Amino acid sequence: MTIVSGGDTKIWRRRDRNVQLAIWAAWLVATAAFVFCFQLISEKTIWAFVWDAPAQAGDLAARMVPPDWGYIRQLWRPLWDTLNIATIGTLISILLAVPVAYCAARNTTPSATLVRPIALFIIVASRSINSLIWALMLVTIVGPGVFAGIIAIGLRSIGFCAKLLYEAIEEIDEAQVEAVRATGASRAQVSLFGILPQVLPAFAGISVFRWDINIRESTVLGLVGAGGIGLELNAAITQLYWTQVSLILLVIIGAVILGEWVSAKVRHAII
Amino acid sequence: MSIAVPSPRHWKKPPLIKRAWLRWTLALGAALYLALAFGTTDVNWHRVWEGLPRGAQFVTAFFPPDFTSRWEEIVEGISESLWMAVVSTVIGIAISIPVGIGAARNIAPAPVYYFCRAILAVSRSFQEIILAIFFVKLFGFGPFAGFVTLSFATIGFYGKLLAEDIEDMDAGQAEAVRATGASWLQWINFGVQPQVMPRMIGLGLYRLDINFRESAVLGIVGGGGIGATLNTSFDRYEFDSAAAIVLVIIAIVMAVEYSSGYLRRWVQ
Repeated sequence: MTIVSGGDTKIWRRRDRNVQLAIWAAWLVATAAFVFCFQLISEKTIWAFVWDAPAQAGDLAARMVPPDWGYIRQLWRPLWDTLNIATIGTLISILLAVPVAYCAARNTTPSATLVRPIALFIIVASRSINSLIWALMLVTIVGPGVFAGIIAIGLRSIGFCAKLLYEAIEEIDEAQVEAVRATGASRAQVSLFGILPQVLPAFAGISVFRWDINIRESTVLGLVGAGGIGLELNAAITQLYWTQVSLILLVIIGAVILGEWVSAKVRHAII
Repeated sequence: MSIAVPSPRHWKKPPLIKRAWLRWTLALGAALYLALAFGTTDVNWHRVWEGLPRGAQFVTAFFPPDFTSRWEEIVEGISESLWMAVVSTVIGIAISIPVGIGAARNIAPAPVYYFCRAILAVSRSFQEIILAIFFVKLFGFGPFAGFVTLSFATIGFYGKLLAEDIEDMDAGQAEAVRATGASWLQWINFGVQPQVMPRMIGLGLYRLDINFRESAVLGIVGGGGIGATLNTSFDRYEFDSAAAIVLVIIAIVMAVEYSSGYLRRWVQ
């Protein structure tokens, strides 16, 4: 904040001139980048379709009501599969994430120069590939079905769980670990009685949080053939059964909201 | 003379869940669920076994990946993903600012508040991919559908965080600006905006990062970007090209993540 004196009156300015110029330059660059990118997208767009979209949307909406309620009988099984993909996938990822996190945390890693970078790379690689891409790969490898979905969710979640977990391990109270070590405990005992009790609540919270996200993600894995309710969605869309599509969407929203509610309750109980 | 020897006691670790009945119910429920889940999940082990050589083939395709034969498609797909990410972040944030301000309980009147909260809830409840399927139906194949999808998803994310940030702000500062006789716009601009700005810039960059990640998969359902190229190469069993694309995606995601992290630190 600066005051500019023009003659004998003083004027308050929020920023001095250089900061103001830098902000203008940032705006200029951002606007130019935006216009340029939009131009490129616009070139690849058939605008007639875009102008037609509101009419299309109205048409589609009209076809989707009322939802085909009777179809729900065929949805319980895919819904159960979706739940299993999310839950078992989360379990697998937790089992794999614990050693990775243990190796990635600065205070527990066996070797900071050798093991830690590998663990960090596993975390980054798992996190930067979307679960649909994992599913796409696994469907070509192990075949379509629930199994590919479970493994895809498992592999995708390792990075997330391990990252949050190793941050929790790095934030523990060293004094407690020191105290356990002072009793002559072995390395394994130190981990079990000094570190584990401190990170256990965080660990449970992370798992439930990821489970909630995984419910959301597993609803779409079926689009690439990896099982669950997404398969039904894909089938209904390709066959243009819009009343079934709207029911599936309602079921998905219900499942997602339920998952969020359960996870919020559990996390609230833990923390 | 006798020394009182305390009876030997055994120390046990305190359990995470203190109430015993709850602990046992949860354990039993979990065991029952797992038994059911594993019992009803049918895995075609024969097919999995058959696929393992193909999996090995895929892993070996990473050494070395084939960047050259599909290079033009890769560059086109990646740049399309990047444009989509940039444009949708800008438009999404531009729309989410009024929505976010409207969804803050402390500055919006009740009808506006509920309306804006409803917009945020709708935007957040659907997966990007599901939205993309519908937008592709409406706008035709190509990056435009992907851009609309990501903008829509950005509104829910950014608007909600903006609203929460405004609700957490220091009311005293805003009150002080209002006391000078500022108009509503001046009040928002000088009383509210400076308090939430640093965090919101950071979150904008974070959303750019998320939008790029998501844009990499929208192509699977026809929403433009690198996903379409990736899907095609998997369908043709061109694992070496697929490996190249996956590596390029990882590299760009890392680059975007680090640069946005760097920018965020620099801004704050």
